[in-house]
Order: sequence, then structure tokens, then C-alpha cells
Amino acid sequence: MIGGYVISVAVFVGIWVSLALSLNILTGYAGQVSLGHAAFFGIGAYTSAVLAVRYDVPFLVDFLAAIVITGLVGMILGLPSLRVRHDFLVLATMGINFLVVAVFKYVGFFGGAMGLVDIPAPSLFGVTFRGGLPYLALVWTYAFVSWLVSWYLSKTWVGLGFHTIRIDEEAAAAVGVGVPRFKIYAFAVSAALAGGAGSLYGHFIGSVFPDTFSFVESIGVLSMVIFGGVGTLRGPILGAILLKAAPEMLRFVQDYRVTIYGALLVLMMLFQPMGIIGDQSFLWRQARRLFRRSDAEGNRP
Amino acid sequence: MPFAQNLANAVVLASTYILMAAGLTMVYGVLKILHIAHASVYTIGAFAGLLTFSWLGNFWLALALAMLVSGIVGVLIYRLTYHYMLDAPRTVPLIASIGIFTMLTDLLQKGFLMGPYQHALPAGGAGLPRIETPWFSLTPKQVLILAITVVLLAIVYVILTRTRIGLGWQAAAMDREMAGAVGVNLSRVIALNFFLGSALAGAAGVLVGVYNNSVFATMGNLPSYKAFIIIVLGGMGSLPGVIIASLLLATVENFLVASVGYVLPRDAIAFLVLILMLMFRPHGLMGQE
Repeated sequence: MIGGYVISVAVFVGIWVSLALSLNILTGYAGQVSLGHAAFFGIGAYTSAVLAVRYDVPFLVDFLAAIVITGLVGMILGLPSLRVRHDFLVLATMGINFLVVAVFKYVGFFGGAMGLVDIPAPSLFGVTFRGGLPYLALVWTYAFVSWLVSWYLSKTWVGLGFHTIRIDEEAAAAVGVGVPRFKIYAFAVSAALAGGAGSLYGHFIGSVFPDTFSFVESIGVLSMVIFGGVGTLRGPILGAILLKAAPEMLRFVQDYRVTIYGALLVLMMLFQPMGIIGDQSFLWRQARRLFRRSDAEGNRP
Repeated sequence: MPFAQNLANAVVLASTYILMAAGLTMVYGVLKILHIAHASVYTIGAFAGLLTFSWLGNFWLALALAMLVSGIVGVLIYRLTYHYMLDAPRTVPLIASIGIFTMLTDLLQKGFLMGPYQHALPAGGAGLPRIETPWFSLTPKQVLILAITVVLLAIVYVILTRTRIGLGWQAAAMDREMAGAVGVNLSRVIALNFFLGSALAGAAGVLVGVYNNSVFATMGNLPSYKAFIIIVLGGMGSLPGVIIASLLLATVENFLVASVGYVLPRDAIAFLVLILMLMFRPHGLMGQE
């Protein structure tokens, strides 16, 4: 059968696929570059952990609470985006990430630097998901839900609103798009999905520590989204799978994981700013051309 | 005594902030790029100073070489990356900058460079005297930092206001395309900009390394985040603004830590200040819409 190690890697990949998809809603759809996404991930993980460890709340409740609370916090932490854009928003989100980690670290209620341990394995409808294949199924179901939410958003008028504020905020406002509303909406949805991923992470590891949710992790998630192709449905998934799984497979890559994330960001910006399978990327254009040609041949009378 | 002494300590702290933030604000002034990788330049400067000092044992040589190395690194960063992204959307150079910062910081932590340790940089006060006044006293290290900061700022001031290329810089900071159109050699101006700014950051790295007698791979992170706070406070792209904002931030920090106990560490307070600033005065304390 499949070894426990492979399953663990697959669980992590699933969690990071959800994370990358959630950041993609904010950065890819709505155009708000955030370097604080790990903060939302952390808020979800800590909400779940506090509820489960300190108040013995059942899994389903603490999981949903993590989603709702992180979504609400996301609305509040999204407020700076109404005042500042681009690079300054990046500074603000970076600051938020530090602030949130500092709160986890220095407020005793959250367990301080020692974190929160002994988070129980989740149980749903009397079934306990103690790692292994059931948990894998749970995580990938959640990843699928994140994908569904992203897909749904991209098809509705909300997605259109996000699109307009990404392309040109002033023009969007001029034709009557409620820019502040859509920004806060994007922050809320993105944060809520990240919160759920955080909850699943906490329950899988069984403990949460402040430094897991630091700025470096935010960079990691952003790398995945940008590497795969920002603003597409397929890109973040591929980015998360490649960047999360590769370091586990190759020992050398594990040691230089962060260096490679950084180098990838630079190289992508230099040569393929749309990501490896983004809309205007080389690979995607070639693939499209390939399929179009075979289509044309198939349709020939 | 405590008040004047606190103030003196704040001015010394502010000097290192100024050296760090000056380069950032110069880059932003001309290119409108938030140069996050500046933190790595600072650390590389400190590392170069550490290596030179441990080989030759001479502080002044170490400082000069550190400034040269970090200046070159700064110019290289520009030539290899930002140079190709000047017409791209603003998120492109920004993300590249984050990438450079991440990559260099992580590389510096590897065993064959600095490793995850703190290295001592025991240069002392480089032979400078201690200054005693009835109100405050300055240790030789503090005198060193103040003196070097004043000299470096004077040099930068002269270059930017009295030389041809410095005037070109001022023109480019006002309007890059227009400056290029009237014959300013933009690539030289921008290269000078990166060289000067990065050399100042390298000097800051060495000075802070000497002051704390410690150099390590992630030493640039906190100062650079604070430098961002400073350039926002000082109204983006303005050198006098940077000086005033550095003094302000250092004073507030010093007095907060000296007078009241705090719930959060002082760096978290600095970030809170940053977020509030961005929300309520995004054009700086003295900036106008």
C-alpha cells in the first residue's frame, strides 16, 4: 500500500493547494498583492486549536468557526487596502503578518512561543480521521471545495467586479463598481478559505507554533501562486503541488527550499510574469496551439 | 540626566536608520520601486566588513571595502533585474525584489557563508574617544556611528547637489522620462543612485555590527522593515524627510521602551505604527496629497 510518508506529503500538498487557491482569489482575481497570507492561515489554525484544546469543541464546530472567524478578521485586516495600493499594501500586509505572529507569540492565551499542543484528531459523524487515507480524503475534499469557490467566483458578477478593480481601479469606480466593497469581499473570502486550511493543518500536525505562520510562509504561498500562473484556476494548483512536493522528494531541494522559492520568483518575473501555465505563458500558448490544430483537423469535412 | 541621555541614544539609533533608509528612499524616488532586497545589501555589507576586519584587523579598511562591495551588489541587483522591469506593472519589480531578498537571506544562512550563527565584530570604537558632558555621555562606539553618519551624509549631499550627475539624479527623481528626454544619462544616474544608496546601507550594516558586536544572516530584516516605516513617515523619496522621520521613530521607540512597560515587543509596536500610518497618513507626516 501507500506508505505513511507519501500520505503525509499528499496531505500537506492538499492543504497548500487550498492555501494557494485562496491567495489567488485575492491576488489573482482582485489584484491585491498580499504578503500576509500566512497570518490568515495561522488565525484559522489557532482558532481551531484554541477551541479544540481549551474548550473541547467538536471538530466540525471548530473547523467552521475557524473559517468564519478568519473571514471576519480578513474583512478587518483588509481595511488598509482601501487606503493604499500596490507596494504599500504589500508593506501593510507584511506588517499585519508580523503583528499577528507577535500576538500568537506574546499573548499567553495562545500558548506563547511554546504553541498549543495536543490538538485532538478530528472526528466527523462518529468517524475519527486519525491521519492516513481518511484524512487525505478530507483535505483534498477541502481543496476541491476551494477550487469550486474559486471557479464559482470567476463565473459570477463578483468575479467580474474583482476583474475590473484588478485592471483599473479608477475606471472601475468611474463606471459604478463598488471598489471598497469588492476589496473587502475578496479579503474575506480569501481569508476564510485560508482559515479552513489552517484548521486542517492544526488538526493534522496536532500542534501549532507561531513561527509556522511567519512572513517566510507568506512568501512561499505567493511563490506558488505566481509560479503556477496568477489569476488562473489551474496555475496555483500546479504551483502548490510542484513547490510543496518537490522539496519533500529531493533532499538537496529541501535544504535550499527557500533559496529556490526566491530565485523562482525573480526568474518568473524576468521571463514569464504570467506563470508557467498562465494565460500568456509560453507553455500554455503552445498547448493551446496544439489543441486548436487537432480540433481544426478533426472538424475538417 | 536620563532625558538627555535617552535623547542622545535616540540620535545614535536614528543615524543607523538614516543610513539604511536613505538608499531605499533614493531608489523609490527615481524608480518608484519598493526595494525590499535592500535588507540583503545591508547584511552583505556587514558580512564583507566582518571578513575584511577578521583578515586585516583594520576597521577603516573594513568599512571602505564593505561600502564598495554593497555598492556593487546594489548596482548588480539593478542591472540584472529591475532594469528589465521598468515598464512592467508595478507588482512585477516588487515581487522580483521579494524574491531577491528571500534568496539572498536564505543563501547567507548556509554554512559556507555565515551559517545560522552570530559572529562577533570586535572593532570597538576604532580608537575614537569617549565624550562626556554634564548631561549625557557617548561611548566611543556611539561617537563612531555619529561621526561616520555625518561625514557620509555630507558626501552624499555634495554629490547630489554640486555635481552634474547629482543634478541629473534630482531631475530624474522629479520626472524620469522627462529627464531622459532632455539628455540626462539615465542609466548612469540610476546606477549611481543604487551605488550610493547601497554603500550607505553597507556602512549601516558594519556600524550596527560593530555596535552590537554581532553580525548574522538575518540582521537586515528588522532594520529594513523599520526603514520602510521611515520612508513612509518621511513622505517617500525625500531625503530630508528620511532624516526627520528617523529621528522621530528612534526617539519614540527609545522613550516608549524607557518609560512604559509594553504588552507587545517594540518591533510589533513599530509595525502597528506602520499600518496606522498607511491607513491614516499614507503620504507621510509632512506629505501632501
